[in-house]
Amino acid sequence: MTTVPTRQRPDTAADSGHDRRPKLITDSNEAVRVSEERVGDRVAEHWPEGEGVRGFISTVDHKRIGRRYIITAGFFFTLAGLNAMLMRIQLMRPGQQVISPEEYNQLFTVHGTVMIFFFSTPMLFGFGNLLFPLMLGTRDMAFPRLNAFGYWIFAASGLILFGSEAAGRAPDGGWFSYVPLTGKEFSPAINLDVYCLALLFLGTSTTVGAINFIVTALKLRAPGMTLARMPVFVWALVVVSFMVLFALPPLNTANVMLLLDRQVGTHFFDPQHGGDAVLWQHLFWLFGHPDVYIIVLPALGMVSAIVPTFSRRPIAAYPLIVVATIATGIISFGVWVHHMFAVGLPPLSMAFFSAASIVVVIPAGIQFMSWLITMLRGRIVLSVPMLWVFGFIAAFVVGGVTGPMFALVSFDQQVTDSYFVVAHFHYVLFGGAVLPMLAGLYYWWPKLTGRMTSRRGGVWSFWLVFAGFNVTFFPMHIQGLLGMPRRIYTFPAWTGWAPYNLLETLGAFLLAFGFVFTGLVFLHSWRRGAPAPADPWGGETLEWATTSPPQTHNFAVIPTVHSLHPLWDQASLDSFAYGAERDDRVLADGHETLMTSELDGEPERRLEMPEDSPVPFFTTAALTALVLGLLFRIYPLAAIGLLGTAIALCYWLWPFQGPAMALEEPVPEPEDVS
Amino acid sequence: MRPSPRAVLIIASAAVASGLLAGCSGKSPSILHPSGPGAARMTGLWWLLFGIAAGVCVVVIGLELIALLGRRGERTKIKSGGTWFVVIAGVAVPAIILTIVYGVGLNDMKALQQPARSAVTVDVIGHQWWWEVRYPGQNVVTANEIHVPVDKVVHLRLQTDDVNHSFWVPQLMPKTDLVAGRINNTWITADRVGSYHGQCAEYCGLQHANMAFQVVAQTQNQYESWLREQADVAPGVAAAASDPLIDRGRQVIETASCGSCHTVRGTSADGTIGPDLTHVGDRTEIGAGAVENNVGNLSGWIADSQTVKPGNKMPPQPLSPEDLHAVVAFLEAGGHR
Repeated sequence: MTTVPTRQRPDTAADSGHDRRPKLITDSNEAVRVSEERVGDRVAEHWPEGEGVRGFISTVDHKRIGRRYIITAGFFFTLAGLNAMLMRIQLMRPGQQVISPEEYNQLFTVHGTVMIFFFSTPMLFGFGNLLFPLMLGTRDMAFPRLNAFGYWIFAASGLILFGSEAAGRAPDGGWFSYVPLTGKEFSPAINLDVYCLALLFLGTSTTVGAINFIVTALKLRAPGMTLARMPVFVWALVVVSFMVLFALPPLNTANVMLLLDRQVGTHFFDPQHGGDAVLWQHLFWLFGHPDVYIIVLPALGMVSAIVPTFSRRPIAAYPLIVVATIATGIISFGVWVHHMFAVGLPPLSMAFFSAASIVVVIPAGIQFMSWLITMLRGRIVLSVPMLWVFGFIAAFVVGGVTGPMFALVSFDQQVTDSYFVVAHFHYVLFGGAVLPMLAGLYYWWPKLTGRMTSRRGGVWSFWLVFAGFNVTFFPMHIQGLLGMPRRIYTFPAWTGWAPYNLLETLGAFLLAFGFVFTGLVFLHSWRRGAPAPADPWGGETLEWATTSPPQTHNFAVIPTVHSLHPLWDQASLDSFAYGAERDDRVLADGHETLMTSELDGEPERRLEMPEDSPVPFFTTAALTALVLGLLFRIYPLAAIGLLGTAIALCYWLWPFQGPAMALEEPVPEPEDVS
Repeated sequence: MRPSPRAVLIIASAAVASGLLAGCSGKSPSILHPSGPGAARMTGLWWLLFGIAAGVCVVVIGLELIALLGRRGERTKIKSGGTWFVVIAGVAVPAIILTIVYGVGLNDMKALQQPARSAVTVDVIGHQWWWEVRYPGQNVVTANEIHVPVDKVVHLRLQTDDVNHSFWVPQLMPKTDLVAGRINNTWITADRVGSYHGQCAEYCGLQHANMAFQVVAQTQNQYESWLREQADVAPGVAAAASDPLIDRGRQVIETASCGSCHTVRGTSADGTIGPDLTHVGDRTEIGAGAVENNVGNLSGWIADSQTVKPGNKMPPQPLSPEDLHAVVAFLEAGGHR
């Protein structure tokens, strides 16, 4: 059963300033039809889709790359989830020996490391890749080849990590890998080298992805889309990208230092030789706490995209949400010490970080209240994505209210490293990121695949996952209060923790079943779902004014944006029709899109976009050889990898003469950008 | 008739609720059943925080339900609004609540800092995966059991011999980490006689799960007599004179490899790698909480502790059954348990 809500004419009374022009376009489906008809094949012929193996490794199409990110991250999520299932089976009853302590320690380390680094951020980057050009009204990301490069590195580093697990040599120092445990003396085997190198390798991918998001959002917005008309999701991912650029260097530094300690014999973290074991913790959490927001903010941005559509109202207090997002990004760099309250730091320092950790709650409160008032003032359409959003709000508030508890120094010292914190961060990260991702997947699935999902299936998938999630993670709060520390592979029966553990394991099976069911819903839709129109939900942002799935060039006509909700205002809709008559909106002379100014979205010039290229793939292959060479200490291989990388980069960056050099001519100002 | 998906949630809630009831065992080292002023303060703070948290959840989920039950339909309106609601409910109210909470938190942090004076000082040294406990100036060294006088402030100096650990006795005091290259301090007070479960709370490698200990709070008299006994040589040394089995145990300890890692005062065993075994017979558990201390478990541990606590640093001891029996007889001689 599929529901395609009939979309009614937007109430455009507020937009009376544009009444002079005859109303050409009634809705976004119409906008797509009219613009495609009037432009014909003139644009599409410059945007061919690569086919076969060559097309597969050379593509720079942001939609294919975004889809790959989502599928690969989903695959890693499944594997890391299976790790967690093994952990839950081991903890089902007291004193079990289903798996050995070595295996258990690898399982929880890989579970945490993958969920944080190889699932959450890449999954959100996947959504970002898919949606940025569509939401911004342009034809690709700013650096399409860099984008492909980012994906290949992500895939290669994830394979290295899971390869180590398959070989029984996965990292086993916990996802935050505290020294001295992870130093050479206490972890001499290859396990922790995998951790350092895989994360350094992945860091490259995350960094280039972040740069790409920032430049795309600042330079490729549709004309008229001032920063104040940029969708909240885009804002969130831009803020997160800036955070990545500032947060990753401390992590990379720490990993280089640890790798040198382990492989070269330096003593950065060795107190016996003048090093400092606490330094690792500072560097790690200086990255680690911002990373929580790096994961959560884009997910909240997805919620801010879904709530208006199904409340039939624009998001309330948009400027406050944007300010809150930016504020979170900044304050999050001043809270890392709350992960270290038990380390024995000076009380004054702890009092400061306690205050900062309290303050960071306020921006989250703004976002909550904005969603709630938008829903209260609107008219709710209880679609499947909206159902997930309702579940998300309920789960995230539970994770949110336990957050400030960890900001209080002495209370943090009591509950940190217990199951209470495990419960807290699963409510924040599963409730606050995975549930929005699923909401987003249901919401944008028709755009991604051109198929609708079954409503009945979606409702069941929600209730199964939501119930499984709560049964798995809610009892962990109580278990933590009852004194169960985290990361223990077994526990004695007398402790009274057994019933909770059993319940959680049963919940985990329910949750796993929910995910299998969810997978089947998507599989069913992909094979047999009803065809999706361009705009199945009546959305407000530009991605709904493309075909489902979008053509390679996204927009036959680059729209002109007149408000925060372009598909709900007549002037922006009309721009799909009159733009078709203008060369500077159709841009049919080549593989082109439009570059606009950073603040006001004024058109600047045509931008020749890079075509498909296999260079990113081969650069990644060379870098992978370098990483493997360092990992196995086969230095000739590392040298070959380094040389190969240098050659590939030279080729990549070589200034070949081409049409790109001849495109400086300015585009005339459009007649009407209100 | 197909079951409503909502039924799934109802069943799940029922399961959670019954689980909560089933789990209310009085034996857990629960932070909600404190036995010392430090933990008691945290219990008080918890109930304050819990009340606020529950209130916020009720308000948010309540507003959500009101929205859900409210107006439905398709009519789109591009009229923004509600900024004042966001400013009041999302900024002003949380700011007031959080400021109060922060004040309470600071006050509690101050209360848990260094007290004016302490009655006893104990050195606690973390090892992978056991706790060394030393009473400076008393000639007392033990492992995995910290005896303290009840109602007295006990100053613990925490350091680690290898990786980071964390000292946590949930019913007495919040955690303090043992950090490589540093000495940390914490102060515990037990206000009731009894034995309190403690456990390493910072992941420290393979056997992090089996790195527990006991804090045993005794009356001042009991504590002082315990200290005197512990300062003495191993009770087996005296018993060896009258019991040939125990005497044979002493000889095995001195001739086999025991002494390269363990100290047994009164014998030539003076190793410092493993726990001091002088009064091991007095302890309630072996292997840092891995198993109860009795003749059978101790024999099994010595013969092959790797089956009990895989990966611990003690290699299996290839003793003859007779020698093993004698060693256990020596170690358990005169135990007060």
